[in-house]
Amino acid sequence: MNVKAIALILMAAAVPASGQGFAGLGSDAEGFEIPRPGPFDFPADHGPHPAFRIEWWYVTANLTAADGTEYGAQWTLFRSALAPHEAEGWASPQIWLGHAALTSATRHLAAEKLARGGIGQAGATADPFEAWIDDWDLSDRMVARGEGFAYDLALSATGPIVAQGDGGYSVKSAAGQASRYYSQPFYAASGVVELDGRRIPVTGTAWMDREWSSQPLAGDQTGWDWFSLSFDDGARLMGFRLRGAGDFVSATWIAADGRPEPQPPGALRLTPLRRATVAGREMPVEWRLELPAKGLDITTRALNDHAWNALSVPYWEGPIRAEGSHPGHGYLEMTGYGEAGR
Amino acid sequence: MLTGLSALLSHWARHRVQAALLLIGLALATALWTGVQAINAEARASYDRAASALSQDRLPRLVAGRITLADYVALRRAGWPVSPVIEGEATIGGHPLRLIGIEPLTLPPGAAAAGDPGDFLTGGVILSAEPLDDPRARRADLPLGTALTDIGVAAGLLGPDISYLLLTEDRAPPPGYALIHPSTTDLSQLTESFHLNLAAFGYLAFGVGLFIVHSAIGLAFEQRRAMFRTLRALGLSARALTGLLLAELLVFALVAGAAGVALGWLIAAALLPDVAATLRGLYGAGVGSELTLRPVWWLSGLGIAVLGMLASAGQSLWRLWRLPPLTPAQPRAWARESARAMRGQALAGALLLGGAAGLLAVPGLWPGFGVLAGLLLGGAALLPMLMAWLTRVGQRLSRGPVAQWFWADTRQQLPGLSLALMALLLALAANIGVGTMVGSFRSTFTAWIDQRLAADLYVEAADEADAARLLDWLGPGATALPMIRTTDGGTEVVGMVDHPLFRRAWPLLRALPDPWARLDAGDVFVNEQMALRRGLSPGDRVEQGVVAGIYADYGNPMPQVILSFDRHRALYPLPVLRYALITDIPAAAIRAAFPRLVVEDRAAIRRASVAVFERTFAVTAALNVLTLGVAALAMFASLLTLSALRLPQIAPVWAMGLGRGRLAQLEFLRTLALAALVCGLALPLGLALAWVLLAVVNVEAFGWRLPMLLFPGDWLRLGMLSLLAAGLAAALPVRRLARMAPGALLKVFAHER
Repeated sequence: MNVKAIALILMAAAVPASGQGFAGLGSDAEGFEIPRPGPFDFPADHGPHPAFRIEWWYVTANLTAADGTEYGAQWTLFRSALAPHEAEGWASPQIWLGHAALTSATRHLAAEKLARGGIGQAGATADPFEAWIDDWDLSDRMVARGEGFAYDLALSATGPIVAQGDGGYSVKSAAGQASRYYSQPFYAASGVVELDGRRIPVTGTAWMDREWSSQPLAGDQTGWDWFSLSFDDGARLMGFRLRGAGDFVSATWIAADGRPEPQPPGALRLTPLRRATVAGREMPVEWRLELPAKGLDITTRALNDHAWNALSVPYWEGPIRAEGSHPGHGYLEMTGYGEAGR
Repeated sequence: MLTGLSALLSHWARHRVQAALLLIGLALATALWTGVQAINAEARASYDRAASALSQDRLPRLVAGRITLADYVALRRAGWPVSPVIEGEATIGGHPLRLIGIEPLTLPPGAAAAGDPGDFLTGGVILSAEPLDDPRARRADLPLGTALTDIGVAAGLLGPDISYLLLTEDRAPPPGYALIHPSTTDLSQLTESFHLNLAAFGYLAFGVGLFIVHSAIGLAFEQRRAMFRTLRALGLSARALTGLLLAELLVFALVAGAAGVALGWLIAAALLPDVAATLRGLYGAGVGSELTLRPVWWLSGLGIAVLGMLASAGQSLWRLWRLPPLTPAQPRAWARESARAMRGQALAGALLLGGAAGLLAVPGLWPGFGVLAGLLLGGAALLPMLMAWLTRVGQRLSRGPVAQWFWADTRQQLPGLSLALMALLLALAANIGVGTMVGSFRSTFTAWIDQRLAADLYVEAADEADAARLLDWLGPGATALPMIRTTDGGTEVVGMVDHPLFRRAWPLLRALPDPWARLDAGDVFVNEQMALRRGLSPGDRVEQGVVAGIYADYGNPMPQVILSFDRHRALYPLPVLRYALITDIPAAAIRAAFPRLVVEDRAAIRRASVAVFERTFAVTAALNVLTLGVAALAMFASLLTLSALRLPQIAPVWAMGLGRGRLAQLEFLRTLALAALVCGLALPLGLALAWVLLAVVNVEAFGWRLPMLLFPGDWLRLGMLSLLAAGLAAALPVRRLARMAPGALLKVFAHER
């Protein structure tokens, strides 16, 4: 996962940082910590890093019912700091934002929650690990509900945690914007999803991203396309394109045993194929992905073209299927597509 | 054309008093009307602001005995869509304010006040309508007396406990919490009757003012009759002449209108603080006491001045339009014609009174005002006929030629004076009616509040722990009766213990047998306004139970239900913070021991309540006096008009040997007699008005019916006042007559047409 949430949080109407504007993002003048390369400190790094401006816990799950029907589930908790510290009670400058969504081939439902830190309504703990906002919870279970949908999934890791980028230091632009970034791409998921009043037992895989940063975007970067893919042979691929004056493309190949192989910038080629009109925007819902070093040449298709999260900051987030050299499934996120197309 | 205009205008240069009267009359009428409009516009703007700024007031609330931060977080983590509010009285920058601390992130979008959310969440910002002397304060579009801030700031100022939770989705309350529905009535609905009252007064004053304008214009046209004839004979077309006169009137209307608007502004500015205090005391509505210049009302002020002028001049202009150029001016012919007009007018008056009686059967506030209007206009329209009849009676009863002439000549004057007399009648009747209403209300209200305030002291604690310490401290030295009240869905719900004190203080207007035992058993009492509004009688059922009794609750615009204390506790688990104390311990001793406690003694509460009441009617009283003043001016204008026209009637009497002094004396007496007759007729009309106000308008507007009490002393005072006004009005014309050169009287015969 990558910088997707930053703009989400900063542009969210109810979230206070909006007053600082996009330009303020590039500077570290307000006392926030800057991510630096180095080893992670587990389990502490599973918990929050209040000295950084922004952070998230992001899980996406590809699920299948007994009859083969496919579903996708998203569970996200963002932390946004108005000041680089934590305080007890109402005085806390930490704001929490939750997004949850459930997708089928024909339905996509999403919900949003906001809470402030310091009072226990939302937060995260490192050991034992738990992240929550109101009654949405992420630990070894992933639980959320919204208008017309709910899910309750048990998660169990079948592989190791993977550091993204350079040992967990993920560069986001040619100018050097970066974040700390690790993933758990090897979750097995099983449980129940509820859609329009029906309870459906499901099984599948899930992928968690953890990322925190303080100056994540270059000023000219307007949106991104981000992929997380689990191939049937056990390998994983994380890749993103940040669209700006010049596109910045980054990818990590993850072998079936969890060994990450960061790819040089531009190694992954992303080509939009089919566009669909989604919420009044032209958006690419089919892509060709090529990574010659790994012999990868696949086409991805959205399970549901209309996986549109119509939340305080709207974006596209939905399950995809991969066909070609490496069949599999995963999630695609697309942001920054304007009403009149890119 | 220009010559024509200068000829027309030269008249005003020679008749300055007349011009002044015309201007003053129209300016006064416009001033009273625009003043009332300005007050109403200001108040309505405040209500709109209140409604738009605090939309969280429209969400249902959850209450419980005590809600801690942990309780709130537990509810959220169990999935309840609740948002916490900490609310209370705080003094910020020297201003006592209702401070509302909200949690913007859990409120539905759009519920929180606008502004920079980051600043609001962590900047410690306090938003308020008034400028506060505090670095945290920012101005915002909020109801007056209210400050909005983040819950964190409110927690710091008011304490950490949550006052109530807003339920942001439509759901049943969680266990242990009671649901309180938001009020369905808004301020503008609640206060509508109050503003309607003011508006009705504005129209009345305007109508009375137009009488002055009418008589001044009538005089000006009459005196220029010869000039019109000359101008027409010289070739000025009727169209051009009418156009010129219309232009002249328009100029007058705009000048007087502008002056009236300015005067109206002053009236409104003078009355607004009282109105604002009333609205705050009676309805809890925050209305600023500073007036904003709104184009709506000054434009409508000018418009109404022009309209009023046209309405007053319409008749005169119409006559002029139809005037053949060579017709002589014949006042006597007019008078004969007006006898026919008088009969028609009397018929219209009778119809109006009949209509008013018919309207009594229609429920509602507007029909109520319709009855008032019908009564006033009908009474005024009947007046000339009644006066003619009374002078005829006077003539029949009198002996001697001078007395007979006195009455006959009085009747002869009636057509010219009738408008002024009608204005006086309206002002007097309104005065008697409103005075009786206010007086009845005052006596009933003070007797009622003395009974209601039966305990020695009333205390309110900040929290339950404080209350418990107080009860401990008081020990056996006092009987403490808990009092509890909440507002649910726009209805006040009161919990009351059964104690002889309350039984005495809440006498029931109507009740089932043994009502207090029924209250204990689960029945309820409702206040009179609720019973009237919903057509309830003892034995009927409301949401909270069977109505066992109905009690008077003057001054409260809200419907109210009384439950037994225990049932209230069960339905609404609120902290009990207020107590009525029966004790000899002085208030000061309790205040000294418990500085955070609000302690009020009976006398202080009574004083405050009576003050609210008095302010409520201060505006009414002020408008009343102004209307009476306008009526006196109308009388003066009419008498001045008549004195100029009456020479042909007086000259022969003078020629027969009645001295000028004696004539002037008789003229003076005549005016007083007319005023006295009008006073006599105004009394029944005023009492009818009072009855409609008490039995129809008050019941519809406020929901309480008051006994009608009579105040003959007030009538006597009013009668003397109107005689004095009439005497003053007559003084100038009479003095002129007394000093008139005999030659002027002789000329009447020389100019005999």
